[in-house]
Amino acid sequence: MIPAVPASARAEAARLTALFRAAGAEPVETPILQPAETLLDLYGEDIRARAYVTADPLRGEMMLRPDFTVPVVRMHMAEGGDPARYTYAGEVFRRQETDPERPVEFLQVGFELFGGDDPAAADAEVFSAIASALEGLALRPSTGDIGLLRAAVEGLETTAPRKAALMRHLWRPRRFRTLLTRFGGQAAPDAARAALLASADPLGGKGPGAGPEIGLRSAEEIAARIEALREDAAAPPIPAEQIALIDAILDLSETAPNVLSALRDIAVDLPAIGPAVQGLSARMEALAARGIDVDALPFEGSFGRTSLEYYDGFVFGFSAPDRPDLPPLSTGGRYDALTRVLGGGKGVRAVGGVIRPELVARVQEGRA
Amino acid sequence: MSIRLGVPSKGRLMDKTFDWFGARGVTLKKAGHDRGYAGAVEGIEGVELVLLSASEIPRELAQGRLHLGVTGSDLVQEGIAGWDLKLRVLAPMGFGGADLVIAVPQAWVDVEGLEDLDAVCADFRRRHGMRLRIATKYHRLVREFLRERGVADYLLVDSQGATEGTVRNETAEAVADITSTGETLRANGLKVLPDGLIHASQATLFKSREAPWMTEDRALLDRLTAQLGV
Repeated sequence: MIPAVPASARAEAARLTALFRAAGAEPVETPILQPAETLLDLYGEDIRARAYVTADPLRGEMMLRPDFTVPVVRMHMAEGGDPARYTYAGEVFRRQETDPERPVEFLQVGFELFGGDDPAAADAEVFSAIASALEGLALRPSTGDIGLLRAAVEGLETTAPRKAALMRHLWRPRRFRTLLTRFGGQAAPDAARAALLASADPLGGKGPGAGPEIGLRSAEEIAARIEALREDAAAPPIPAEQIALIDAILDLSETAPNVLSALRDIAVDLPAIGPAVQGLSARMEALAARGIDVDALPFEGSFGRTSLEYYDGFVFGFSAPDRPDLPPLSTGGRYDALTRVLGGGKGVRAVGGVIRPELVARVQEGRA
Repeated sequence: MSIRLGVPSKGRLMDKTFDWFGARGVTLKKAGHDRGYAGAVEGIEGVELVLLSASEIPRELAQGRLHLGVTGSDLVQEGIAGWDLKLRVLAPMGFGGADLVIAVPQAWVDVEGLEDLDAVCADFRRRHGMRLRIATKYHRLVREFLRERGVADYLLVDSQGATEGTVRNETAEAVADITSTGETLRANGLKVLPDGLIHASQATLFKSREAPWMTEDRALLDRLTAQLGV
C-alpha cells in the first residue's frame, strides 16, 4: 500500500506556494501525462528506469511527469513573457527499481524565473527565495557551477570534436574520465585500431571482419568516422598541465570566497574560464546583496554532475546534515540550454528550483 | 508441510534439470501422461514438483508462490527489479548457458568496443536526427549495462524474436541478444563487441526469500541441499 501524501506535507506545500506567490510568481499547472518522446529525446533511455511509461491509443507513449521543468519550459516557450516568474505544486512520479523504501510519488513545489538581463541577479533571486522558504530548518546549502566546467573544457588546447565529446559526457563522470585519459595520450595504444587507420582501404577488401553492408548506417558514414579517427590520432594530446587544471576545478570544495580566489589562480593558466569566474563573482555579490552569508557558502567543483543533465550553469541544493537518510530537500539550477532544445532553437535564460514538502515535514517532525 | 519446487515444463531445459537432480539422488518426473503438467519427486519426502514455463518461474519465485525454482539467470535479472532482495542463488547448474551480448554489423570496422559504439551513437543522432536503435527483449539489463558504461543517445526497440534480423530489416542498427556460440549473429552479418558481454546466463536453482518458510520447511530445505550438495 502506497501511503497518501500526509496532511503535514500538503500544508507545507500550501505555505511554500503562498511564499513564492508573494515573491511575484504566477501559479501554473501542467498535465500529469507528458509525451514520452520529448522526455526520451532529452534524457535518453535512462528516463525509462525512472519514469512511469504508459500508452495512449491516439497519442502513443506517455509518461507520468517525473518533474515539472520540461512542461513548464514548454509552456513558457509557447506563451510566456519576459521576465516571467512561475510557481507550481503537485505530485511527480518516479519509478524505483532498486530501493522499495523510496517514494514513487511525492510533492514538489517550484519557483522558476525566465528571462531578464542579469543572470547573476536571477540566480541570487531564486536561491534566496528558496533559502528563505527553508529558513529555520538549519539546512546545509551546496552550490556549484556547471558553466565553469563547460568553460574549462571549451578552453582546452585541443580539437573541436574532442571538446564536443567531453561536453557530451560532462554528466557521466566515468566516461568523461576515460575520454580525458585517451585525449591526454595516457590510454594504452590499440594495435588493431592503429592497423585500421593505417590501412589504405579500411572498408575495402571484404576480407575477414568486413561483412555485408546492412542497416541504416552507410559505408560513407563509416568512412567519415575513420577519417575523423585519423585526424584525432594525428592531433597532439591534451597537455598534462591542462588536464591537471580540469582536475583542480573538479576537486574544488571550499567556501565560495576561497573557491573564487583559487579559480582566479587557475584562470591565469586557463583564461577561457575568465567570464565564468566573473559570473561567479557577480553571483556572490548578488547573493550577498540579498542577505546570504556568502563567506560561509560551500562550493564544490563537481556538484550537480550526476543529476539530471539539463543544468548548465549555477547549481544548488539544500540538505539536512542530521538526516543523512534523506535526499536533498531542495535542488535547482540554471538551464538556459534546455530552453533552446525545447524552444526549437529559440532560447531564453532560465533558472529555478524545487522543494519537496514531504521531506520538510519529516525534518520538522524528526526534531519536534 | 511441503516446499514447492518449480521446474521448466518442457524441452531440453526440463530434461537437463531432471538429469541434474537425478545425478544427485533426487528423481523428478512427470506424473500421468506425458503432456500433463503434474510432477512427482522421489528420493526425498515433502518436495512438491510444479511444472511451468521457464519464463513464469522468476515471477512465481519473487511473489513467494514457489519456494525453489530452476530457470535462466537472465530471465530472473531481467524480469525482477531488485532480484537479489527477493531471490537467492542456491546453485548455478552448469547447463543452459547463453550470453547476452551487444552486436553490431561486421561492416562497422570502426567499432571495436563500447567507447566506439557511444561515439557512433552521437554521430548517428546528428546525421539521422534520431537515436541509434538497439533491438532487444532484455530492456532492463541492457539499459543498466549501457548506463554503467556511459553509453548515451541510443534507443531500445523491443524485439521478442528473430532479433538478429532486425539490422538487415532496418528496424534497428544494433542488437542486444542471447547467443551461445555467436554463430547466428555472424551468419546475419553481425559481430559481438569484445566488451559487450552484458550477462553470462545459465540454468540456476534459486531460493525464494518471499515464500513462507516454516520451521519444518527450513529443515526440509537443509536436508535437500545436503543431498544435492549445494
